[in-house]
Amino acid sequence: MAQPIVTTTGATPPGAKAAFPPFASETFASQLLWFALAFGLLYWLMSRIALPRIGTIIEERSNRIAADLDDAQRLKDESDAAATAYEKSLAEAHDKAKAIAQETRDALGAESNAKRNALEAQLADKIAASEAAISARTAEAMASVRGIAAEAATAIVERLTGRAPERAAVEAALDRARAS
Amino acid sequence: MASPIDPIHQFELKNLFSFGRIGNSEIAFTNASLFMFSAVGIIALLTLLATRDRAVVPGRMQSLVEMSYEFVASTVRGSAGQEGMRFFPFVFSLFMFILVLNLFGMIPGAFTVTSHIIVTFALAALVILTVLIYGFWKHGLHFLKLFVPSGVPIYILPLVTMIEVISFISRPISLSVRLFANMLAGHITLKVFAGFIGMLATGLGAFGWIVGILPLGMTVALTALELLVAVLQAYVFTILTCIYLNDALHPGH
Repeated sequence: MAQPIVTTTGATPPGAKAAFPPFASETFASQLLWFALAFGLLYWLMSRIALPRIGTIIEERSNRIAADLDDAQRLKDESDAAATAYEKSLAEAHDKAKAIAQETRDALGAESNAKRNALEAQLADKIAASEAAISARTAEAMASVRGIAAEAATAIVERLTGRAPERAAVEAALDRARAS
Repeated sequence: MASPIDPIHQFELKNLFSFGRIGNSEIAFTNASLFMFSAVGIIALLTLLATRDRAVVPGRMQSLVEMSYEFVASTVRGSAGQEGMRFFPFVFSLFMFILVLNLFGMIPGAFTVTSHIIVTFALAALVILTVLIYGFWKHGLHFLKLFVPSGVPIYILPLVTMIEVISFISRPISLSVRLFANMLAGHITLKVFAGFIGMLATGLGAFGWIVGILPLGMTVALTALELLVAVLQAYVFTILTCIYLNDALHPGH
């Protein structure tokens, strides 16, 4: 920076062009005075009023945001808990319903089994009784058939021969016929 | 004499009211004083009026103020730590004062207060005095450890200490001259290039008007650059202030 025109030597002669204005030392006192007043005023305004106010505004905002976030988190936790509880009770109800269904099915199955068994036993009894009756009848019928056959044979032989055959001979003949 | 094309003319102080003389110096309310108080007024208006509603959701102006607040606060915290926040009102006032004065200088015809070395020196002296007074008040003579870095071999310690002392003494000078020179040189350059347009137009007539487009373009480009410099120098002053304040808070290296 060229500074040939710096005059720091006291009085400037009147009429002569003053030094390069930024270096005109006779203005320094005045400049410093007004600077001190202006900057002092600014510092006072900023430190006492403006900055505390702005600081409060920013702090209040961040507090509010933090509080809102906390609220949101709390509500989310609550809804999560509710959802979990709902799922749990749903699962419980599901299990219970399954259990009831199983129980009912088992009970019904047991009952129908018992009924069927009873019925089967009854039927078996009836079958056995019927079979017994049939075999009794058959035996009876067979016995009567032999009597009828003996009588018929005796009658036929008597008609043919005029004399009744001996009972033993008829029995023997019947036995032979039966064996053949 | 100061012709309108004289690039130095813009730095002249003009007395608006005179309050008489103290010795050789005239105490007067000048255009520089007016601009200083205008800056204070604008800053106060902006910070107080825009935050009047204390809105949770800020409007445009309140956002601007809050952004400046957060910006300076993060600069202070970043350079001087949480303890540095005790100087926050001071640093904020410095930043806003320099920024607004620099930006005022960009208005055509306005006076650039920060182009006067005595003002920038007063600002720098304020910073260095704060560092010295707070440093000695907080740490007593331990503050002098600032000049004696630990872990330096004893035989070069005197040399290092001397360098540290010189660098500390040069701080107010570099701090004030950096801002002053940037503003002064920028405004002189702007004025010189803008002056070319007038000189070409009056000297060469119609041809001059056409050739004058070149310095006009240069002036436009320089205006953009100066706008950047105005903001950047305010920031540089602020961050250096924070770094120096950090020395006062933590003198041990």
